[in-house]
Amino acid sequence: MALSRRRFLSLSAGTLAAAAATKLAFTGSALAAHPTIDPGTDGTVVSSICEVCFWKCGIEAHAKGAQLIKIRGNPRHPLSNGKLCPRGVGAVGLAYDPDRLVKPLLRVGPRGSDEFKAVSWDEALAFIAGKLDELRKKYGPETVALFNHGAGASWFKHLLSAYGTANFGAPSFAQCRGPRDVAFDLTFGAEPGSPEVLDIGSSDCLVLIGSHLGENMHNTQVQDFADAVARGADLIVVDPRFSTAASKAKTWLPIRPGTDTALLLAWIHVIVGEQRYNRAYVEKYTTGFEELQKAVVAYTPEWASAETGLDATMIRNTARRIAGAAPASLVHPGRHASWYGADDTHRSRAIAILNALLGSWGHRGGFFRPSGMKLAKVPTPAYPKPKPPADRVDGEAPFALEPLAQGLRRATIDGKPYPIKGWFVYGTNLIQALPQREETLKAIQALELLVVVDVLPAEIAGYADVVLPEASYLERFDDLVPIAWRRSGVALRQPVIQPPGEAKAGWWIARELGKRLGLEAYFPWTDAESYLRERCKLSGLDYEALARDGVILAPEKPTVVEDGLALSFATESGKIELYSEKLKKAGFDALPVYKRPDAVPAGYFRLLYGRAPGHTFGRTTNNRLLGELNHHDRVWINAKVAKDMGLADGAVVRLINQDGIKSAPLQIKATERIRGDCVFMVHGWGHTAKGLRYANGRGADDSELVTRVNVDPVMGGTGMRVNFVALQREA
Amino acid sequence: MRRVMVIDMKRCVGCEACVVACKTENRVPEGAYRDWVVQETRGELPALELLIRSQRCNHCTNAPCVANCPTGASFYRKDGTVQIDRDLCTGCRACMASCPYDARYVHPEGFVDKCTLCVHRLDKGKPTACEEVCPTSAILTGDLDDPSSLVTLRLKRGDVSVVNAEAGTKPNVFYVNGAG
Repeated sequence: MALSRRRFLSLSAGTLAAAAATKLAFTGSALAAHPTIDPGTDGTVVSSICEVCFWKCGIEAHAKGAQLIKIRGNPRHPLSNGKLCPRGVGAVGLAYDPDRLVKPLLRVGPRGSDEFKAVSWDEALAFIAGKLDELRKKYGPETVALFNHGAGASWFKHLLSAYGTANFGAPSFAQCRGPRDVAFDLTFGAEPGSPEVLDIGSSDCLVLIGSHLGENMHNTQVQDFADAVARGADLIVVDPRFSTAASKAKTWLPIRPGTDTALLLAWIHVIVGEQRYNRAYVEKYTTGFEELQKAVVAYTPEWASAETGLDATMIRNTARRIAGAAPASLVHPGRHASWYGADDTHRSRAIAILNALLGSWGHRGGFFRPSGMKLAKVPTPAYPKPKPPADRVDGEAPFALEPLAQGLRRATIDGKPYPIKGWFVYGTNLIQALPQREETLKAIQALELLVVVDVLPAEIAGYADVVLPEASYLERFDDLVPIAWRRSGVALRQPVIQPPGEAKAGWWIARELGKRLGLEAYFPWTDAESYLRERCKLSGLDYEALARDGVILAPEKPTVVEDGLALSFATESGKIELYSEKLKKAGFDALPVYKRPDAVPAGYFRLLYGRAPGHTFGRTTNNRLLGELNHHDRVWINAKVAKDMGLADGAVVRLINQDGIKSAPLQIKATERIRGDCVFMVHGWGHTAKGLRYANGRGADDSELVTRVNVDPVMGGTGMRVNFVALQREA
Repeated sequence: MRRVMVIDMKRCVGCEACVVACKTENRVPEGAYRDWVVQETRGELPALELLIRSQRCNHCTNAPCVANCPTGASFYRKDGTVQIDRDLCTGCRACMASCPYDARYVHPEGFVDKCTLCVHRLDKGKPTACEEVCPTSAILTGDLDDPSSLVTLRLKRGDVSVVNAEAGTKPNVFYVNGAG
């Protein structure tokens, strides 16, 4: 098919009048009886929850007999509203991926050789249980760590909590949302949450700082974003790249990478200095305004202009626009926030403070406050009291809210404060999810047990001692998923089809291991469905209705002040803490401070990474149905810079980072849509796992090039945008 | 009845959910598409413009595929859409050569295929697969002969364009808000 021709068609103006004036010219054949073709893809509908990303949209999966036919959004679920992103729709390609793990595998070669033999479940589980028992006796149960991503991890958290460890490290904290969550917690006493509690659809002004909505397809947020854009909300996008969102903006600020905090401080300077802040809100709900006022005097737009490369007048004007729309003025908190390390919590604090000055927290068009839904627990024995997690030593990163994944890796290598000898890895490809790959590989070699539970053989599976094939989210039950949204509720994941081969649901795997470890009392049920029925009964929920509709909504409650919400803040002062005594006491700056990023060395570009709408990390890149879309596996480079280097669009290069690490070959996307001092890649390509037969060899892996991190001293996030690459033409 | 599609370029983020939804709705074979997304960058940094269009068969009122089909397999349905009668199609590809939108492909079973505007769904009062799934609600179908339909009302507001108007085929897929 000549796709290229399709791409060159240009749009030309036409008018309705011209179109309407033409009468339909029926040919003779129009009168003949032609059949209407019905592809017959409507099937029996099962309502469930997506797990291609973390948003957890409601889905309606159509099945015919044993076959999954198509997946659509659940119209009753408040996070999907009947809509769905390409990944969720395309998950048919995950269910029928010919590379799925279908048998338990036991390593036969040296660790990392990726050589396995297929074994029975009984043999695999007995092996793991034997090792876990041995480790428990030899080192204590805290020697086992769990790295996880996704709702299905709950069964393994339960199992390992019963076993006696609290070493649960999700890369989604220190490698992603951590700095943002900590900053908002310090300021408002609450986190923006997942999904973020943003009332974007009603915002009159929306500021996105590196947040590329529309390229990250968080369904509800993109729905709201489109509504805001369609309503003509004032959209200001700060990004070194002309993102899809930037193309919708009234103002795009192509900022010098890493200088966002300077811009934020200048905005605060203008809003405070010109008394454009929400005075009533600030007086009623905040503490530390005077300190803030004093601290930002120096941060003039002229000062920020020199740092950011943005025009001072533009900085001043955008500040006025942002303030003018308050309180329906939202400075988006972002999601992936581990960018520059030292600066990250400060940057997120500046965003939080700016929102406080606008009064957006708790107001329509700002941050709404969901009430959530209370769910009862199925009673099980109390967990044994675990040792504190091993991820941090000597009081480092005191504000971390979760164990640091890279800290557990470090403890695995140096054995401090105690040895970590066993890893469970669930739903996360640690090889690509953690920076500094050499460290990950070193830690893996120090282990006595590495178990990987997953649906596809990503790189991490190749290093496992045992690989357990899991039923995908379309083939299993999981625990109830609460919805904290404008309308809160609870949703159910349930199987649509049977898992392939011998793949088993996570709940079954955890329970079987529990039985073999003498922990059966923690699993007082026969199967997940009976567990779910019991939990619903205890929670006063109608399981049959939940299974039918996929969701049960809680009664409507006010989520914004305009509807009667009373604001409260779970901080020490009970107020929004602009000035943070907590940070001060711990020896950190109580107000945000800008730290200039290292300059880009001559001949290099700053390596930036992000998302494409059709993919979630590396976990979708093997999906052949999604693989047919625009690949987004090229490295973006400014068109003029590429031309100066003699590189045409589509030229094949390798990226070489400051430490000499060389990427796989990949094509360049020469475009005006990016500054000249950075390059951009979509994260998750460049797989080397031999079992990922489709993804293997496509594109290049950005995470391999992240050999350096700058650690946020406040909360331990690994800032990863501190790496530089040169381009080498591939012969 | 005159069924048309109106696509809001301001809402669309080019995520391609429409493409995947169409593929799974209509059992579109591997490597083929009935709809696709075009992104076009204009200008120079920082004065840039990005145009994003979800494209498909335009169900033209003056459709060269219908005119050029030797067997009458390509035809106008009573609702104004352009359809293919698989039983009459010999796979000669005259329609493909004449389509200014490159909207057609040869199905592995030998007939030519393309977007049907999901008439099997519209006839039952359901939206097209692409319209149903679109996270940005950028896609709207309706009856342009109905003065009160949303598509009629939207097209009356202006800022309307079509792809490749100079081909003179009178397309029935309209793009709105392309001017920003």
